[in-house]
Amino acid sequence: MEILNKVFGVHEPALQARARRLELLAQNIANADTPNYKARDIDFKTTLLEAGANNAAMRTTRSTHFAVGQELPPDDMRYRIPLNTSFDGNTVEMSVEQAQYGKAAADYQATLNFLENRVSGLRKALRGE
Amino acid sequence: MSLDSIFGVAGTALNAQMTRMNATASNLANAGSVSTTEEGAFRAKRPVFKALVDEAMTHAGAPYVGGVKVDQIIDDKAPVRRISDPTNPLADAQGYVYQSNVSEVTEMVEMMAAGRSYQNNVEVINTARQLMMRTLEITRT
Repeated sequence: MEILNKVFGVHEPALQARARRLELLAQNIANADTPNYKARDIDFKTTLLEAGANNAAMRTTRSTHFAVGQELPPDDMRYRIPLNTSFDGNTVEMSVEQAQYGKAAADYQATLNFLENRVSGLRKALRGE
Repeated sequence: MSLDSIFGVAGTALNAQMTRMNATASNLANAGSVSTTEEGAFRAKRPVFKALVDEAMTHAGAPYVGGVKVDQIIDDKAPVRRISDPTNPLADAQGYVYQSNVSEVTEMVEMMAAGRSYQNNVEVINTARQLMMRTLEITRT
């Protein structure tokens, strides 16, 4: 059943990256009032590129090819550059974090939609409808 | 699973903000309290937050942060007011009492800020919960 391993393709590491980004933004929001806390974020594109997911379709056409790494790199976090400075050295800007969290949630749902389509496609194929 | 840990992270934040709200309530309640000595006067309490760093998950570049905690509670450094009130049973020999340094305006602002931060974290939890439920229902399509 090798098809089941790669049926999700790029969307599985993408979902992991999205969830990771949501977690990071939640940490930023949790530390909005912590002195000297520096807000962080991940660059989704870079993360996905480093995960090797961008060329998954081309690399796994033969069994002799290398398996595509599904693990996300741990050191992909970057510090956010604040728009304004603050007295206590905190770089969390709540409006920015809220907007980014909303966008990240929408991105996550988009990836989920792709995954749902894959599942329903597979289901149709299995049923022979 | 990253969505799981969002609940933990936001939970610590809710806890910290609740402590802040409690400190504000205590400060407001003591706004009118007086004392015979300057040292005995009530001083407004301020919690200082600190990011929780989970050592086991620290990466080379940036540390993994697992939420927030109340690191310490400090006294507000604003000066204590000395007012003349000879009829007060707590007045000293010169007829002065020392009033707390609580500023009602500051406390109200602090309370609103704490409430807003609390709401933010509740929203974070709600969104994460919705996404999680949708993820669980992925096979039902």
